[in-house]
Amino acid sequence: MPINYYIFLALALFSIGIVGVLTRRNAIIIFMCIELMLNAVNLLLVAFSKMHYLKNAAADAMTTAGTDGQLFVFFIMVVAAAEVSVGLAIIVMMYRNIHSVDINFLNRLKH
Amino acid sequence: MQNVLQIVYLIPLLPLIGFLVNGLGRKHLSKSMISVIGCGTILASFVLSIWVFLQVKGGNTHVADYFNFISVGALKIPFALQIDQLSSLFLLIITGVGFLIHVYSTSYMQEEKTEHFGRYFAYLNLFIFSMLLLVMGANFVIMFIGWEGVGLCSYLLIGYWFKKQDYNKAANKAFIMNRIGDLAFLIAIFWLIAKVGSVSYTEVFSAANLAKLKATDITIITLLLFIGATGKSAQIPLYTWLPDAMAGPTPVSALIHAATMVTAGIYMIARSNLLYSMSHITMDIITYVGLATALLAATIALKQNDIKKVLAYSTVSQLGFMFLALGCGAYTAAVFHVMTHAFFKALMFLGSGSVIHAMGGEQDIRNMGGLSKKLKITFITFLIGCIAIAGIPPFSGFFSKDAILLSAFEKSPVLYGIALFTALLTAFYMFRLLFITFTGKFRGTQEQEHHLHESPVSMTVPLIILAVLSIIGGFVGIPEVFMHGGDKLGEFLSPVIASHDGHKVSHSTEYMLMGLSTGLVIIMIIFAWIKFKNYQRSEATGFGKVLENKWYVDELYESIIVNPLNKLGSFFSSIFEKSVLDDMVNGVGKMVNYGSRQMRLLQSGQVGNYVLLMVVSMVIIFVIQFFLRK
Repeated sequence: MPINYYIFLALALFSIGIVGVLTRRNAIIIFMCIELMLNAVNLLLVAFSKMHYLKNAAADAMTTAGTDGQLFVFFIMVVAAAEVSVGLAIIVMMYRNIHSVDINFLNRLKH
Repeated sequence: MQNVLQIVYLIPLLPLIGFLVNGLGRKHLSKSMISVIGCGTILASFVLSIWVFLQVKGGNTHVADYFNFISVGALKIPFALQIDQLSSLFLLIITGVGFLIHVYSTSYMQEEKTEHFGRYFAYLNLFIFSMLLLVMGANFVIMFIGWEGVGLCSYLLIGYWFKKQDYNKAANKAFIMNRIGDLAFLIAIFWLIAKVGSVSYTEVFSAANLAKLKATDITIITLLLFIGATGKSAQIPLYTWLPDAMAGPTPVSALIHAATMVTAGIYMIARSNLLYSMSHITMDIITYVGLATALLAATIALKQNDIKKVLAYSTVSQLGFMFLALGCGAYTAAVFHVMTHAFFKALMFLGSGSVIHAMGGEQDIRNMGGLSKKLKITFITFLIGCIAIAGIPPFSGFFSKDAILLSAFEKSPVLYGIALFTALLTAFYMFRLLFITFTGKFRGTQEQEHHLHESPVSMTVPLIILAVLSIIGGFVGIPEVFMHGGDKLGEFLSPVIASHDGHKVSHSTEYMLMGLSTGLVIIMIIFAWIKFKNYQRSEATGFGKVLENKWYVDELYESIIVNPLNKLGSFFSSIFEKSVLDDMVNGVGKMVNYGSRQMRLLQSGQVGNYVLLMVVSMVIIFVIQFFLRK
């Protein structure tokens, strides 16, 4: 499959994520949109990595060059998992305190 | 083996130490301690100077190089002192006359508070240090350091009685006028560096470098140096500071404004005589400026009534004579006149100090008269000074003035005529001063008459020594016509000063010129005697009034330079600064205030807004980068 398809798919996912973050007020949905953006990036990384690997493998079957992008994806997933746990914990605390997950209530930093 | 002259750094160092000790300890030392330190350091320098002079006379000249003072790229300016015939002669004059004046000062300034007494001697020592640096420096930069140093000391000492606002103004005037000349001097140094790549005398005056220089460059450099000299040596148009500088204590006037500092310009030109000899334009300008100054100042001196002002204008006039000699190429004659002038003018200033001391601070000669009975030593020494300056043989002034007149005659008889006329005026106003002050009836108050007394020994001894020097000082330069090989000074200076290309005037002419000038001078003195032996106070009228008011030159400067500058200054301070500069500065502050107030609105506290802004900014950055990469 041409690389273009992956790029467009990732672009679409990323845009959906951005629009979601910008338009929604529910903290959980925003959180999900952020995950969407992260995964768009992951998708791109995997796609480019595969493309480079195939190019290198054509010259040398035993090569591992170009696979590091895929490794990065695992790192990102781990970090994202950690981030999700922290983020969800914050949202739970927020709900306990103000009985809402609407981010527009969170404007106390201004004062 | 190192040259023994390597230790000449001691000569300027000793006065510097004296300055530091007296300056820092002025509140703790007693007056006698201060006097001993102040005079002792100069005496030590004087003894060293004599030793140096004997070394030089024995044929030992030396450039003592101590350390690298400035080093930029290819340009290296060493801190070096040059000992040769010219500088050793000046060393003797400065430390010798300086020492006598220091001794004189110990009595003259006795009434000052200890603290101010210490300040006075500290300044005086600092002056000697600077002056020694000026004449000993082996390059123009070291000379410039001394040049600025003497200017500073002159300023400090003119404004010594700083509680009187007029004196401060006089000090400012001297300093600012000197600055104008100093600027030209500085530009000349830069010009030299640009064209020759060096400032040390030996390199600049080497034949190869002189041949390399273009005629226009030489003219510009010499002219700029000459402008520097007009400032320091009080020539037209920068002479007006010197008469005002009489605000300082009288010994200061004697030391700085008669004997040494004001001759710095002559020293500089004599030092660079090789350069000057190559530019006829500059030489002509120097001749005319010198002659004009001599004449102008002599006419002003005719009608002055302040004893020190007469002497001040006389100094300006004599300096004009020296420049006339320089312009005619008679460098030796100029240096000779510097020497004799240092003797008799210091003598007369110190004499006037003695008179002022006796009169209890009175300086107006109209209130004096008949002082010869009470102040015998002062009168006799003053008379000797007057005879010397008037130029009656065999007093010192005759020989040096005759050498100058002769050089003027060789250049052009017209110059000689004007110079002779000026010399006659000199004799006239000096004897006018003498007769008004010392003969006739006393015209002051009773109290003053009662107070009249001869000055103490420490004041009269320097007077006597200077009087003796004024009598015999001329014998080092006896003209060829009187004695073959009599011009010892010219012989001595010949290694540093390009010799004056022989006397073109026949001996009989020379005798005639001398006879003429001496005869006329004696007639002038008799004329002054008849006119002023019984002086009665009278108001000057007509042309006399113009002279009394110094040709209104000060008023002219006031109206065409000072006032417009003041107006411009007050315009800038009251209008330009308030409306333009202040608004600009305040405007910056206001703009930042206003801008930050607007920017604050962005901080809404809404997370959504922040994210939106972030996204928009990133998109903008991407777009910009996208276009920039093209």
